[in-house]
Amino acid sequence: MKRFFAFVMKEFYHILRDRRTLLILFGMPLAMVLLFGFALTNEIKNARIAVLDLDHGQHSRQITDRLLSSGYFQLTKTLTAYRDVEATFRQGNVKLVVVFPPNFTRNYAHDGTAQVQLLADASEQNTAISLTNYATNIIQTYRTGAPATEQSPPGAQPPMQITVQPRMVFNPELAGAFVFVPGVMAMVLLLVSALMTSVTIAREKETGTMEVLMVSPLSQIQILFGKMLPYLLLSFLNGVMIITLGVFLLNIPLNGSLGLLLSETLLFIFVALAIGLLISAIADTQLVAMFTSMLAMLLPTIFLSGFLFPIESMPRVLQVISNIIPAKHFIIIVKGIMIKGTGLNLLWKPTLILFAMATVLTIVSLRKLKPRLG
Amino acid sequence: MIHIQNIAKAFGEIHAVQDVSFDVARGELFGLIGPDGAGKTTLFKILVTLLLPDSGSATVAGRDVVQDFRALRQMVGYMPGRFSLYPDLSVEENLAFFATVFGTTIQENYELIRDIYVQLEPFKNRRAGALSGGMKQKLALCCALIHKPDVLFLDEPTTGVDAVSRKEFWEMLQSLKKHGLTILVSTPYMDEAGQCDRIALMQNGQILAIDTPTGVENRFAKPLFAVRATNIYRLIQDLRQAPFTITCYAFGEFLHLTTQDGVSTGTIDTYLTERHHKQLEIKPIRAGIEDSFMDLMQHA
Amino acid sequence: MRNAVTTNKLTKRFGDFVATDAITFTVAPGEIFGFLGANGAGKTTAMRMLCGLLKPTSGTATVAGFDVYTQSEQIKQVIGYMSQRFSLYDDLTPRENIRFYGGIYGLKRADLKAKANAIIEELELGSVADKLTGSLPLGWKQRLAFSVALIHEPKVVFLDEPTGGVDPITRRHFWDMIYAAAHRGTTIFVTTHYMDEAEYCDRVSIMVDGQIKALDTPGALKKQFGVDSMDGVFQILARGTSTK
Repeated sequence: MKRFFAFVMKEFYHILRDRRTLLILFGMPLAMVLLFGFALTNEIKNARIAVLDLDHGQHSRQITDRLLSSGYFQLTKTLTAYRDVEATFRQGNVKLVVVFPPNFTRNYAHDGTAQVQLLADASEQNTAISLTNYATNIIQTYRTGAPATEQSPPGAQPPMQITVQPRMVFNPELAGAFVFVPGVMAMVLLLVSALMTSVTIAREKETGTMEVLMVSPLSQIQILFGKMLPYLLLSFLNGVMIITLGVFLLNIPLNGSLGLLLSETLLFIFVALAIGLLISAIADTQLVAMFTSMLAMLLPTIFLSGFLFPIESMPRVLQVISNIIPAKHFIIIVKGIMIKGTGLNLLWKPTLILFAMATVLTIVSLRKLKPRLG
Repeated sequence: MIHIQNIAKAFGEIHAVQDVSFDVARGELFGLIGPDGAGKTTLFKILVTLLLPDSGSATVAGRDVVQDFRALRQMVGYMPGRFSLYPDLSVEENLAFFATVFGTTIQENYELIRDIYVQLEPFKNRRAGALSGGMKQKLALCCALIHKPDVLFLDEPTTGVDAVSRKEFWEMLQSLKKHGLTILVSTPYMDEAGQCDRIALMQNGQILAIDTPTGVENRFAKPLFAVRATNIYRLIQDLRQAPFTITCYAFGEFLHLTTQDGVSTGTIDTYLTERHHKQLEIKPIRAGIEDSFMDLMQHA
Repeated sequence: MRNAVTTNKLTKRFGDFVATDAITFTVAPGEIFGFLGANGAGKTTAMRMLCGLLKPTSGTATVAGFDVYTQSEQIKQVIGYMSQRFSLYDDLTPRENIRFYGGIYGLKRADLKAKANAIIEELELGSVADKLTGSLPLGWKQRLAFSVALIHEPKVVFLDEPTGGVDPITRRHFWDMIYAAAHRGTTIFVTTHYMDEAEYCDRVSIMVDGQIKALDTPGALKKQFGVDSMDGVFQILARGTSTK
């Protein structure tokens, strides 16, 4: 155990002393999140909106005032008819249209429920999502302010509710939106776990230290686990970092269980480490390890996981192939937990697939281990 | 201490080691001498349990290199051809790491490495990557010795190292021998053979000869002369044309000339004077390891 | 032609470190010049400056009459270079390697073909001329690499440890080729760790810590230091400084 610990310490020395490794470990996820995040999300302040008030009632006006006084929105145009909506979007400077249907105030006062429609220009997906999220929040809190204006006695208050109907214009399915954070997570974890472990193992083969280690009493499994452990910890740290950045910097919701999300992240890291082990079994030089990782993992992950291109719009063959890309399943899981707030009861299938992949890959790569060269 | 019997190993069509057998006694400094590609490294890797032989058997310190490889790995020290150190760890960290890996500490076996390590001590906080070639070689040797192995395998420890560091390295090996260590060392430099107790000359995967350095030199049976003149280039050309010449090669400032039996300095002198060579110097000499090696190569 | 190589107080610094410290020497045309020194003594740096790969910090140097500061392109046309580590492409055949290097130096097609055939014949490579170079024994590769370095008939050839790890007979064959080239008037500038090879040189310089500590014929050096071999000379000059 002492030997193993010494080995892990040595790995940390390697990592901490190599600026490039550190940069890849911590700079890359940060850069990727910021790049993908801010390239897609504009600063949401004084976003130009239009209002189509077909109600002209008390509540519709008060809600409009609330929206405009929030600081997020700026009224550029007041529309009079539904048919103007599309033309307004086409002009391009309005990002969101708030539609109050006729009889909004009456429905709200009498039935306690009413509907507001939010139309967002989803060609800028992240802006669209952020804007609808902000607007929804503001509109829904209006309810808590409502009793003051209503004269109903407390306790007898009917459940007042405004349902918000967001609709995305131009990109109704919102394909790709919010995918970038799960996508970046998948890529970074693959890169750190699989690429870095296989590269460091190949580096020891190149310097010849691997031969010395093999001739030492350290077992092959100790050597490999000693290589993997630091990267497992770092990958996990990276995962946490990306989730944090996504939630606090990019306002991505975390609707599901954090515990489940972290467990699934750990599962995915195991898959990635097992792939790294497999690559290091065949790669004798850092260059080969690098190229194999790129070709076998990064490219398929980028193109086939649904990270950049929606899987639904791929040719049938690629859709089938995409099933063997671990990142695809991981992205489904992360999206489900973070955005939809789903639990394991709905995500058991991709989880099981990842679990099976981890098991098979680990068994295969452990079988490839030989106590000798060649 | 090392017992090798009919070991063979091929990589595809290349027969790296062919039917090699020899023994190394306890406490012996044994040299495996031969050029690159002779099969030295492959043989080393088989002996340190990194490669499986295709056929034949070998034991090191009484342990079979195939069956008992785990036990054996505790008992051997191995220094591969390239100095296998972590360039981003300091001198001390490298040594401490290898000590821990072998379940020991620097203090425990300091006695064995003291003479070498004192030279490194002033630089103990320097990264191994920033050391000169000679220093790296010394550190790698310390790392291979730190667990007090019974047998030390040094694969081309002096390749690419300058003549001064090479000489110092051999002095270190001589003093290590006093600790009772059995040492198997390989080298492409023929002039280092004289430092060994016994040597095996290797070429194309085969052993050409196994003997003491003097024994190998004594095997050289033909008349051998050292010849020199002002114009070496013309001297080689002319000597190679001479009817009595078998081989003629440059050896330092002289040419070494192997001739048929019965040729005297007089014969050679007459032949060369006829061809207007100036400041001629011709003397019969005893063969060195390199002469023997070249002779054996040509008959292999 | 004037001297093949001249240097005057040629210096290269890397930060505080003086790799080459004001070295001054000349090499005559057709001379075999041995350039010795311990690892890290500054040989490689000096050689790179002479090949026009590295700009000196101060001092002057010419190679084949061209200035290393301003005429490095001309220098590259008239020098050949071969090192133990890299020279030939393992995944090309010997013939393809010859054609490639000949092509780089702008040899004409017909000349190139004749040259390739001549080299293959001279080195007795006929049976392997169309196999991959990587499969050849090391000694053959090195002789081929030397021939390729000479393909454009350079005035000066730089050989960086050309014979490391080669068997003794091949090593001699290699030196036979060096002698032959020098005999035809090519200047040979060679580094080696084999001290017996230092004896083959017309003159030898020994570098220690960036400076040239000795420069003369092997015979004169041995007399000067009172030893009977170049190894002895080298040990006296370089010992004690190599562990720095």
